[in-house]
Amino acid sequence: MRTINSKEITEAVIRLAIQKAYEIGDDILKGFDWALTNEKSETGREILQQLKENAKIAAEGVVPYCQDTGMAVLFVEVGQDLRIEGDLEEALNEGIRRAYVDGFLRKSVYKDPIRRVNTGDNTPAIIHYSIVKGDQLKITFGAKGGGSENMSRLSMLKPSDGIEGVKNFVIETVSIGGANACPPLVVGVGIGGNFEKCAILAKKAALRSFQVRNQDPFYAEIEEELKEKCNALGVGPMGLGGTVTVLGVNIEVFPCHLVALPVAVNINCHAARHGEIIL
Amino acid sequence: MAEYRLIAPLKDDDVVKLKIGDKVLLSGIVYTARDAAHKRLIELLDKNENPPFEIKGSVIYYVGPTPPRPGKVIGAAGPTTAVRMDAYAPRLMKEGMKGMIAKGKRNDSVKKAMMEYRVVYFGATGGAGALINRCIKKAEVVAFEDLGPEAIRKLEIEDFPLIVVGDSFGGDLYIGGRMKWEKKE
Ligand code: SF4
Repeated sequence: MRTINSKEITEAVIRLAIQKAYEIGDDILKGFDWALTNEKSETGREILQQLKENAKIAAEGVVPYCQDTGMAVLFVEVGQDLRIEGDLEEALNEGIRRAYVDGFLRKSVYKDPIRRVNTGDNTPAIIHYSIVKGDQLKITFGAKGGGSENMSRLSMLKPSDGIEGVKNFVIETVSIGGANACPPLVVGVGIGGNFEKCAILAKKAALRSFQVRNQDPFYAEIEEELKEKCNALGVGPMGLGGTVTVLGVNIEVFPCHLVALPVAVNINCHAARHGEIIL
Repeated sequence: MAEYRLIAPLKDDDVVKLKIGDKVLLSGIVYTARDAAHKRLIELLDKNENPPFEIKGSVIYYVGPTPPRPGKVIGAAGPTTAVRMDAYAPRLMKEGMKGMIAKGKRNDSVKKAMMEYRVVYFGATGGAGALINRCIKKAEVVAFEDLGPEAIRKLEIEDFPLIVVGDSFGGDLYIGGRMKWEKKE
């Protein structure tokens, strides 16, 4: 049985979380270039240029890309043949704690949703575990901004609403909240499962590169169609009007109960900070 | 769509020439405040106590920056979503606040108060925290230090790039801009 020490996990999380706060991913940079050739509004193009410039300055490693360095979300896949020395959860949270303190990132987590006192170190992270085959540990990290998260929605549709109902719900969500979520957006859509499963699917989708299409051609086509329809809304960069509102729409699906059609839309902003490590 | 260079604090004359879509490079002094700081400001005003800065003519920037590295004045400092301040903004307009910098849509009572008191709402580019950092030359906490990133800071800014997203005539670029580009089926 393979063994890894929890300290190694902490170190890897620190590096990843700091790096992502300063260096926006290649997918988003490519997205800005695509947006610049497709944006017809002059104001919109100026905003996109500012975002490119912002990415360049942040990549120097002194000032983070966005001041909302997010609440940390971790999808952790633990190989069943792997033994971890030490406390896994504490190792993950220690990684986040050190990244946000040592990396000069903003601490945006409150101890209690009603009594609102800052925890001071951006922990706890929101962690989703799964046990998988093999002897590796895979961590997918997202630093999720609060402004875009607030524009996300979930609905328990009726099966008779069908795929058209799903599409309308996605488009409506972008139409209502898109302007406040720092477009151009990456839209994560979870379809199926149950109440909580579809929200988790939507989060996974929001943390996926928007350049990767769903493996099922049926859903890949719907992703493309939704991208086009969201961009026809006119919301535009920063919501000030234009022809690029989303960089992409990502869909994740799961089997569901015969009476159900849950759908969740998790909005991610252009500061879609995500990355993964395999140990 | 005109372009202007303005210096804060602002006067009525500055405000009334601005229309939605105009571009502004703003320099001078602005104050930062978010939800918690707004709440405390209003409490002070309600008790007839002096606010920690001159509200007349002021421009308030809704921002919660990242901590500065040693030797730096401030960290990433892009705008936060304005709607959380909608409940407080009209009261500050009544006291003479002339401008707000943030991102996102405002409610009708804010827009009405902006017409009544001649106030402008500037949009800064959301998520451009590193770019905006370069426009901030000095930062100093002036009140509510215990609020951390949400404390009130006095910022000295230079050529902060802004777009007029709400003007003092009821114009709203979040509506007007989108109407221009929305494709009807
Ligand atoms: S919505 Fe995203 S880009 Fe905008 S301020 Fe929040 S984290 Fe930053």
